[in-house]
Amino acid sequence: MGVWQSYRLRVRRRYRLGRSIRKRRELRPIVNRTGNIKRDDLLLFSTLRNELIRLPFFLDYYRNKGINHFLIVDNDSDDGSLEYLSEQPDVSVWHTRNSYKKSRYGVDWLNWLQFRYGHEHWCLVVDPDEFFIYPFCDTRPIRALTDWLDASSIKSFSAMLLDMYPRGPITETPYRSGQDPMDIACWFDAGNYTMSKNAAYGNLWIQGGPRSRVFFPDNPELAPALNKIPLVKWNRRNAYVSSTHMLLPRGLNQVYDEWGGEKASGLLLHAKFIDTFTAKAEEELQRNMHYSASVEYLAYAERLRDNPELWCKWSEKYINWRQLEILGLMSKGNWA
Amino acid sequence: MSVGILMLVHTAFGRAEQVARHWNKYGCPVVIHVDATVKPKQYKRFVKALEDLPDVKFCKRHKCEWGAWGLVAASQSASELMLHEFPSVRHVYLTSGSCLPLRPVQELKDYLKARPRTDFIESATTADVPWTVGGLDAERFTLHFPFSWKRNRYLFDKWVDIQRFLRIKRRIPHGIVPHMGSQWWCLTRQTLSAILEDPERATFDKYFSRVWIPDESYFQTLARLYSTKIESRSLTLSKFDFQGKPHIFYDDHLQLLRRSDCFVARKIWPQANKLYNGFMRDPEGAIKMSEPNPAKIDRIFAKAVERRTKGRTGLYMQSRYPNEGWENGMTFGRYSVFHGFTELFEDFEPWLARTTGAQVHGHVFAPERAEFSGRQRVINGALSSSPKLRDYNSIAFLSNLIWNTRGERQCFQVGPRDEGAPVWFIAKDPNAQVSVISGAWAVPLFKSNLNFTDIRAEAARLQKLENLQLFALRSPYAKARVRIWTMAEFIEAPMEPLQTIIDEIGIDRARRLSEAPRMTDLSGFGQFLQNLKNQGMHPYLMGDFPVEQPEGGQKKPPRKPYLVQ
Repeated sequence: MGVWQSYRLRVRRRYRLGRSIRKRRELRPIVNRTGNIKRDDLLLFSTLRNELIRLPFFLDYYRNKGINHFLIVDNDSDDGSLEYLSEQPDVSVWHTRNSYKKSRYGVDWLNWLQFRYGHEHWCLVVDPDEFFIYPFCDTRPIRALTDWLDASSIKSFSAMLLDMYPRGPITETPYRSGQDPMDIACWFDAGNYTMSKNAAYGNLWIQGGPRSRVFFPDNPELAPALNKIPLVKWNRRNAYVSSTHMLLPRGLNQVYDEWGGEKASGLLLHAKFIDTFTAKAEEELQRNMHYSASVEYLAYAERLRDNPELWCKWSEKYINWRQLEILGLMSKGNWA
Repeated sequence: MSVGILMLVHTAFGRAEQVARHWNKYGCPVVIHVDATVKPKQYKRFVKALEDLPDVKFCKRHKCEWGAWGLVAASQSASELMLHEFPSVRHVYLTSGSCLPLRPVQELKDYLKARPRTDFIESATTADVPWTVGGLDAERFTLHFPFSWKRNRYLFDKWVDIQRFLRIKRRIPHGIVPHMGSQWWCLTRQTLSAILEDPERATFDKYFSRVWIPDESYFQTLARLYSTKIESRSLTLSKFDFQGKPHIFYDDHLQLLRRSDCFVARKIWPQANKLYNGFMRDPEGAIKMSEPNPAKIDRIFAKAVERRTKGRTGLYMQSRYPNEGWENGMTFGRYSVFHGFTELFEDFEPWLARTTGAQVHGHVFAPERAEFSGRQRVINGALSSSPKLRDYNSIAFLSNLIWNTRGERQCFQVGPRDEGAPVWFIAKDPNAQVSVISGAWAVPLFKSNLNFTDIRAEAARLQKLENLQLFALRSPYAKARVRIWTMAEFIEAPMEPLQTIIDEIGIDRARRLSEAPRMTDLSGFGQFLQNLKNQGMHPYLMGDFPVEQPEGGQKKPPRKPYLVQ
């Protein structure tokens, strides 16, 4: 990479940071318990809107995996999410009425919170419907992973988004609060992912999965990106650029091996396709606030009307991380 | 009191305390070295915690940095204190704060008691082992290393380059031959005291203090001078990965460690409660005298390193995206590509499936849609037959197809109509077996009911496309097993090439083909080609076809020769 290119990326990174620092004014602290954060704590950052039904399981899942503190931006929920979150002893929550879209889909808000509270911490950035899976996650907490990453001088950890879906129409089994969403949406696509390299940022751009297969068979280039780098040893100079798909400095995007080997990687099980969604897609459509003028949601809403079925004969049923590893969706790398 | 334990500690003091108590409880004196960089407050708290044990001593502190002299100095100070304070100690065992005794201490004592003159220290000459990471093996003894690798990597590297350029060679003190090995040793009082009380120790110390990673060579080299009996292996189970950092043990390694029968393991994750609780217990059952057997653990860690460095052949995923030429296998396994066979034979696909037992697809790169076997809409791995999805990244489509069907041979058809087919990728892939009957695309045209003008245009298009595909398959970059016949050549004796292809696919029942696929009726094909020629479109890829059927009834009079101007 030439000097010019690297200077341009630097300017872009500074711009992102400046922008998110400016956007801090949009956030109003409701409960700030960040004083309890200890030096080596694992932090989780999230933006959400009307996810009350998912929150109990979400928080418990990550507490069990060893997250010490949750920092959450509530984008004007009206279902009681805010009240629920403020009661949790390990959650700090901020409220905003401002536009999710203008905050580049929440990235600016979280960049600010990470800038302020995440420096020198391992930070996990996930949505309330994303569940982090990593090698040995059934026997080792996230702390074991981050200790190992530290010892290996690795600063970022890749976890591709794996869309999970139920068998039969989505609306068939309603989701109860506190339930493991993977009890309902336990199927996934095992081997239809395509990837290419983003020359400017050095990250992989991965597409595929059921959304690409069912919603975008005729214009695959519009299918959503699945590559994510949600776990990063944060430095206040870092900035996410587009969701958690890529970040700057670009070295952090180098989560894949180019010489034939495999680096360690995990997955984010994406329990989007459970019944809390039918209503949600309609709502998002009205708000028109999602990516690319909501093409994604337009396509979903269209398909949903004729009772979508993501399941097919070759769908794979989720068992555990070892299964995902054998299928080649994630890798242990040299962690044993 | 036969075994004394030295412990080098720099972090996780709670665990270090727990282990020290364990050693002490079963009658082993412990000398602890705490890194000088540890804050005084923390150090004092640690000392205080172990105050109640008279047989746990703390030695002089040194600054320990990886790869530098401090670790040796620490071992020396600790050893001196141990030998001085505990005269009844016969073996001295060097461990770290993250080591964990796996077998009852009594077993270790008995084991060493049975071998009172043996020094357990891994020690090999640099020329004979491939251990070193980063290319500094013999040079670590012949160059100077004044700069820290951790803190001044640039100066470290530059200084090495400069010395190489100037051909600087340090003189190795007389009498010693550099040896290397694991820094976790167990030496007898005799050997250890001989090393520490050597009249030339000052010379050796001076020399080794500028050697790279002296803790892996100081005792290993000097023990060779004095030991009467060296067992060149470490009693500590310690595995290193490809970057030279130790593998870490977690709770889920419990059974593995139990069965290894090693005395001490390194390094244990400080929060592996199950491991600490499991091994820091009173011994139960009979005392064993088995030899350590870390083979299974070795295998697991060797596999992990291989996974990191070589990866899984044919897999492209979020953390494995090899540059071109570094894939070590572009696709998972062998597959067969047939070009022109379905055109020539009417029942080729079912015949091939019957004969080989492989999964036989149609034209998976057909413009209409991917013709999967059984014409399924979706196949293994939920791979879709949508042509747009496929053509969005046709190489990924192919490598996914081969990866998803691991364990089953895949065969598919390709033809000039399949413009999206990644022919160059296939040609370069050593896993591909490509069989081509060139010119067979003309058969469907011949059978079709189109206007001749359209046929002519289509024939010209297909010939051009096929020629491009053949160019790739014939190029010097092609690594696939490629066989190309012209159609004329092939129909003369079809069984022979078919037999070769089937044999190469390698089904168990290697036998003569008993049944041939049914060839389509070609009577009149020669005339068809001639008609194309007459229209000025010269079909050349199918070879020389006689206008007449060889066994055709009556012979027509030969045409008048004409001149092309």
